[in-house]
Amino acid sequence: MPLLDLQGLTMQYRTKMGPVHAVDDVSLAMEAGEALGLVGESGCGKTSVAMTLLRLLPDNAEIVGGQVWFQGVDLLSLSEQEMRRVRWGGISMVFQAAMNSLNPVYRVGDQIVEAIQEHQHLSDRQARARVAELFHLVGLDPKLMERYPHEYSGGMKQRAVIAMALACSPKLIIADEPTTALDVIVQDRILRRINEVRTQLNMSMMYISHDIAVIAEVSQRIGVMYAGKLVEVADTVTVFKRPAHPYTIALMSAFPSIQGEKRPLAQLPGEPPNLLAPPPGCRFHPRCPHASEVCTREEPRMEKVDPGHGVACWHPQGRGRD
Amino acid sequence: MTEGRLTLEGVTKLFPVRKRVFTLKVRNFVHAVDNVSMGVERGEMFGLVGESGCGKTTTGKLIVKLLEPTRGKITVDGVDVTRIRRGKPLRAFRRKVQMIFQDPYESLNPRFTVYDTVAEPLGLQGLRSLAEREATVAEILSAVGLTPPETFMFRFPHELSGGQRQRVAIARAMVIRPQFVVADEPTSMLDVSIRAGVMDLLVALRRELGVSYLYVTHDLAVARYMCDRMAVMYLGKIVEQGPVEEVLRNPVHPYTRALISAVPVPDPTVRRDPPDIRGDVAAPIDPPPQCRFLSRCPKSGTVCERNNHPDLEEVLPGHLVACYRARD
Amino acid sequence: MTPTSSPFKPEPLWKVRVHLFLGAARRNWALFAESKIGLVGLGIIVLFLLMMAAHPILMSTVWEPRVYDPVRGFDPRLVGRHPAPPSWAHPLGTDPIGRDVLSQLMWSARSEFALGVTAAVISVVIGTIVGAVCAYFGGVVDMFFMRLADLEMLFPFIALLMVLQSVMPLTLIRLALLIGVLSGFGGITIILKSQALTVKVKPYIEAAKVAGGSSWQIIRRHIIPNIMPLSFLYMMFNVTGAIFTEAVLSFFGFLDIRMSWGIMINTAQESGYLGAFGQYWWLWAPAGGAITLLCFAFYLVGRGLDAVVNPRLRKR
Ligand SMILES: Nc1ncnc2c1ncn2[C@@H]1O[C@H](COP(=O)(O)OP(=O)(O)OP(=O)(O)O)[C@@H](O)[C@H]1O
Ligand SMILES: Nc1ncnc2c1ncn2[C@@H]1O[C@H](COP(=O)(O)OP(=O)(O)OP(=O)(O)O)[C@@H](O)[C@H]1O
Ligand code: SF4
Ligand SMILES: [Mg+2]
Ligand SMILES: [Mg+2]
Repeated sequence: MPLLDLQGLTMQYRTKMGPVHAVDDVSLAMEAGEALGLVGESGCGKTSVAMTLLRLLPDNAEIVGGQVWFQGVDLLSLSEQEMRRVRWGGISMVFQAAMNSLNPVYRVGDQIVEAIQEHQHLSDRQARARVAELFHLVGLDPKLMERYPHEYSGGMKQRAVIAMALACSPKLIIADEPTTALDVIVQDRILRRINEVRTQLNMSMMYISHDIAVIAEVSQRIGVMYAGKLVEVADTVTVFKRPAHPYTIALMSAFPSIQGEKRPLAQLPGEPPNLLAPPPGCRFHPRCPHASEVCTREEPRMEKVDPGHGVACWHPQGRGRD
Repeated sequence: MTEGRLTLEGVTKLFPVRKRVFTLKVRNFVHAVDNVSMGVERGEMFGLVGESGCGKTTTGKLIVKLLEPTRGKITVDGVDVTRIRRGKPLRAFRRKVQMIFQDPYESLNPRFTVYDTVAEPLGLQGLRSLAEREATVAEILSAVGLTPPETFMFRFPHELSGGQRQRVAIARAMVIRPQFVVADEPTSMLDVSIRAGVMDLLVALRRELGVSYLYVTHDLAVARYMCDRMAVMYLGKIVEQGPVEEVLRNPVHPYTRALISAVPVPDPTVRRDPPDIRGDVAAPIDPPPQCRFLSRCPKSGTVCERNNHPDLEEVLPGHLVACYRARD
Repeated sequence: MTPTSSPFKPEPLWKVRVHLFLGAARRNWALFAESKIGLVGLGIIVLFLLMMAAHPILMSTVWEPRVYDPVRGFDPRLVGRHPAPPSWAHPLGTDPIGRDVLSQLMWSARSEFALGVTAAVISVVIGTIVGAVCAYFGGVVDMFFMRLADLEMLFPFIALLMVLQSVMPLTLIRLALLIGVLSGFGGITIILKSQALTVKVKPYIEAAKVAGGSSWQIIRRHIIPNIMPLSFLYMMFNVTGAIFTEAVLSFFGFLDIRMSWGIMINTAQESGYLGAFGQYWWLWAPAGGAITLLCFAFYLVGRGLDAVVNPRLRKR
């Protein structure tokens, strides 16, 4: 049984102009100990998927359908109280721009101690020892516990936030763009740390990013999203070497690099999709070089083109298929 | 040096920090920007890269006059920035020099709709009539890829994704067509394709109107695509500077080398070695006089320990490095 | 502009703004209503407002002005028996000089509201502006107003008002102005300033500066709107304070006001009826109860608003 299993998850934000279809029929499974990368265009619904499965949505959001199975329990059927327990011990999350969430007037160590004690009955001493251990784990000097957030650099704050997420040894950690604000050396440190910690604790991780180079370094499997839909899922090497969905192919070819020839940056033609009125049929068809009549009409379903390699496209590319 | 659009001469910014030792208050200084000199030409894109917390944002804020330098001189188009008076001259300066702020989660007023935010500079500068403003805002929103613009104009920041907020911040800075822009990590949350669109916009403005940019970024690949020249900063000091291709292909300073080797490779079959650098970032609070990089440098020798921080020296025409062992 | 094939007709700006405003109002109301406390408070306030509105109607229909006027009325049928206990004609009895207590109670509600709301509005307007200015400019300006606030907090201003009334007669309007100004420069400034300080350090303030905003424009457009919710909250608590102050001063007879709840109790006390506590209860209980209830109501509304204003209490 997979650790996490999303089945047909659908969520929309109600707005005055109509519903924003931010997550549409997303099905995805994760095994214990697995690292899954979630990539996609800005605004395609990556954060929304994470927020939906944790049920941390704003008031105007509405889960329209689907199930979230976590360790054999449907999270969408739990009470708020039970959900809170899951959010702490089962799945924890590092939010996008989480560095800003540290309270400037309390010492960083105290904030984590407080968070731990809210959910576990530990004495102050035990909790502090636990925090020191966590600081070690993410490569921070435990002496820094006594400092205030403004005395931390961005990279240090980010590591403190990750330490907080690890506090109760969750089964699954969701990291939403945890390193975008950091320089590459600090990023390298954190990614290596995360990988180590993950294998040490046999934790699963969902890593959300728009940066496929980072995703390549941390994940074993990749899910590619476009306009609220999951369009391709496969192991990392396959996605990079033999992508089948035209959007994935565009994503891979457009990546700027510091090595090799300076190619002109490939830009997807056309405009980013409007989630208030997504295109009919395949949501990618207005920008797709391979679009045919059927693409404009009917929505492609996620099909296996190889074991462990799913694609939602009428004309999957590569290896002379189609 | 040619009289360019922007020049910095020996610019230093110290922030006082107070530490309490018993009841005695000791005053220390964060050397956020330390004796920095550089120049940006008309129509040039100048990249600034470096460690988190090394003083890139502070440099940008000094240029747009959000902070006053402790020492040194900054000129934009020959005008001394520190001498600009309040009122009309300052407003005219603001019309010309803009900044795209780094963190789009904090730099948008949560009570302002996207329209309010983007139209604000137009209103404050008294540009365009009310009726024209709407069209102008719509135009810039579609230029940054927030299409169709009517569906975004009246949303609040919390109804946008991270990358969408970032594009609102870009639109706000670019809507009044400034001459010089400090772009502080403007595309860090954008995926390649939307980023390419935004980069196109910046490049087009540069071509058409001769806009110059100071482009702060962590992403060396972006710097390579966008910039003509770049500088690498470490703890408030510029340690290497030169044409982008040259710096990336032949990095000389040990920190630049570490930086380049830490760039993730978009190829899962490649295993990258960890960058050659020791220890963790030091805080720039009253740093010792030697090379700022000394404690972490893999190449350091006695010459580095015995002398003050090295000056920038030319290793090739236009390629400057501050390192005693640059020629080794 | 790129031609878009969107199905959305751009609406005129004002219409969108009205929609947005109504939407925000609806959301805030839902939050407010969620905490039942606020609704109870609001209910009580509405009750008092109804009482206030009913008084002139009663006077022009069933109540004979000569008998029921709250200040000059007198019931000749009960000569010698004043203060008379509750009866059909006088549901809450009459006072020692023969005036109807219920009429006094209803009539006074108007001045209580006028006083409370005026004083609160003045104090909050002053507190908001001074707080925002202090936070934004800091330095000498800040120092001056903060010391002034400290001074006022040290100095009980009821005592100050007592001194003032010996110099000039304190009418309702003057009292409202004085309470408003005095408490405006007092503690509320400090609270609103600390809130404004958290807004001032936000990067969007810097962004507004770079966009060309002058200090005043930034204070008006960014800082004040962001501390407004808190100001509004304190306004509720200040209404309570003002009504209470008025009651205390009237009780001691320091005010030049013709009728108020405080004066009703004062009349009872002056004519020595407060000593026999339980016996002449209708002389003090209705007024005392009204003061307590109205103060309490505004306090409850404040607590209800707290849930709207204070994001700490919200989900996540
Ligand atoms: N509260 C909300 N109300 C209405 N629309 C919303 C709300 N939150 C998000 N959206 C919209 O839903 C879509 C998905 O947003 P989401 O934050 O999941 O994107 P994302 O994939 O995380 O993007 P990014 O990489 O830019 O952070 C976006 O188009 C966004 O505009
Ligand atoms: N107002 C301030 N008071 C005290 N110290 C400050 C202040 N602003 C910045 N600093 C310090 O100055 C140094 C440089 O900060 P700056 O924000 O310029 O870094 P940065 O290069 O932009 O980093 P990042 O890439 O993380 O954004 C940091 O050590 C920071 O802690
Ligand atoms: S000067 Fe010396 S210490 Fe500094 S970077 Fe060069 S080799 Fe390292
Ligand atoms: Mg996101
Ligand atoms: Mg910065």
